[in-house]
Amino acid sequence: MMMIFGYPAPLMFGQLLLGLINGAFYALLSLGLAVIFGMLNIVNFAHGALFMLGAFVAWGMLYYLGINYWWALLLAPIVVGAFGVVLEKLLISRLYKLDHVYGLLLTFGLALIIEGLARNEFGSSGMPYAIPRQLQGAVNLGFMFLPIYRGWVVVAAAVMCLATWLVIEKTSLGATLRAATENAPLVQAFGVNVPRMITLTYAGGAALAAFAGVLAAPIYSVNPNMGANFIIVVFAVVVIGGMGSILGSVVTGFGLGVIEGMTKVFYPQGSATVIFVVMVIVLLARPAGLFGKSA
Amino acid sequence: MMGFSRPQWIAFLVMAALVVVAPYVLYPVFLMKVLCFALFACAFNLLVGYVGLLSFGHAAYFGMGAYVSAYAAKAWHLTPEVAIVLGGLTGAAMGSVFGWLAIRRQGIYFAMITLALAQMAYFFCLQAPFTGGEDGIQQVPRGSLFGLIPLHSDMATYWVVAVIFLGVFLLIHRIVHSPFGQVLKAIRENEPRATSLGYRTDDYKLVAFILSAGIAGLAGGTKSLVFGIATLTDVHFSMSGEVVLMTLLGGMGTIFGPVMGALISTSMENYLAEFGAWVSVTQGVIFVVCVIAFRRGVIGELAAKLKIAL
Repeated sequence: MMMIFGYPAPLMFGQLLLGLINGAFYALLSLGLAVIFGMLNIVNFAHGALFMLGAFVAWGMLYYLGINYWWALLLAPIVVGAFGVVLEKLLISRLYKLDHVYGLLLTFGLALIIEGLARNEFGSSGMPYAIPRQLQGAVNLGFMFLPIYRGWVVVAAAVMCLATWLVIEKTSLGATLRAATENAPLVQAFGVNVPRMITLTYAGGAALAAFAGVLAAPIYSVNPNMGANFIIVVFAVVVIGGMGSILGSVVTGFGLGVIEGMTKVFYPQGSATVIFVVMVIVLLARPAGLFGKSA
Repeated sequence: MMGFSRPQWIAFLVMAALVVVAPYVLYPVFLMKVLCFALFACAFNLLVGYVGLLSFGHAAYFGMGAYVSAYAAKAWHLTPEVAIVLGGLTGAAMGSVFGWLAIRRQGIYFAMITLALAQMAYFFCLQAPFTGGEDGIQQVPRGSLFGLIPLHSDMATYWVVAVIFLGVFLLIHRIVHSPFGQVLKAIRENEPRATSLGYRTDDYKLVAFILSAGIAGLAGGTKSLVFGIATLTDVHFSMSGEVVLMTLLGGMGTIFGPVMGALISTSMENYLAEFGAWVSVTQGVIFVVCVIAFRRGVIGELAAKLKIAL
């Protein structure tokens, strides 16, 4: 058996893959947080709940309506995005003139409600969601077995991150969005409907979270706590990367996932806390975050 | 006197009278729970209400205080007052490290950093041998106060908790209305201006953070001795959320608000305990309603109506 640093290679690559998968979710979630924060100036504490909601919508579509995984991957983000529109119009839009802190408190409350209702309805144990037929099985890469679905998650997340980056950086819609982030009143003066843009940005962030949720459904069991477990780590990721840069949050997300995976090989007890330790180190060395501008 | 205005003196005397009368009317164990959480919420409010720093990780100091007090009382057989003081010192020590890290960033980043650091403390408690993992530290003896007065009866313990609560409440009030407290409020209102007036705002923030974390640890320690148990619940992030809820509901930046918030929140939880996850849904609804329509909280609204500061 091949060994790396005295550890069996399949173990290393297996954990590397798990790390990349977690990293894919960190990247998708922190990307959504960054987009929402840029435009709305709130930290969306409900992001984990929206992620969980995405997984539940996919599960419900399969279970009640017989809608398969591929359609769910398209439809669940739309459903959750529409829910995001309602949340933004009804509640979040009332807070833009207030301190940032209130946005955090409001979305924290929303997360408690969504997760509490899900727990009431489905219990905490979680439901299985089958891997779609086309993605079952594994391929032998020579140095390890790669379960196809896991490879798919990493690729799909990376493509989605790239697509989001392209939309924001390379299209005229993205240019308007970035301009509105910099100076909303001025963009509004040019005749752009900024409030609608803000609503759609929140919906877009929610849809990204739901997309991640559907991807996660076959890997983790679909359960009400799946988002809460992620969101705190994602906050640490956001502190490390800084919310200023799209590409920054993607790179940080994947990178930290890999670091976490490797910690599982070399020092398993530390794997739950390694990201927080990295956060502390970054705070000491570069308080503004790796990709952040100092405030 | 003590920086109390006349209405505040009256409110304080009413509160003190209620604390004295309550155990003859209501179940003392429930009241002690309220007082411990009121203390915790007052500590939290010192930071969010008077310095404008929203910590989302105060469970770390509360929970760690609870663990250390419980361990000191059970394994080292220390007397309760020493154990509680150790809990407070633990909170303060942790607060000095976490606060030192967190005040490097402002606003929502501050909230996220405190939350992440508290999560780290949670995982530490999950794995460290002395905390007893999932079981926590159970059957912590209450012992005898100063080694003289046994605290077997709930009433005897209640008076100890009441004295701690009222004492620390006055201490917090004194801090807030001292020159030091005035600088804290100046930082809350306009930090660049406070800096330009020559105050080292980071030092002030750090001291406030340490005080707040220390009192949170004290509250946790008292709680663990009263109930004889310190568990992962005390250090879990939902506990951080709960203390935010109490303070928001009662009124951030008011002196009596956190006490009122703790009373309402604890009663509600007692009442809703049998409905399982509805507790979390109700808490969520309270958050949403408070933020949208009721930002001053119960006491804040009352004070605004009566045109006094409470």
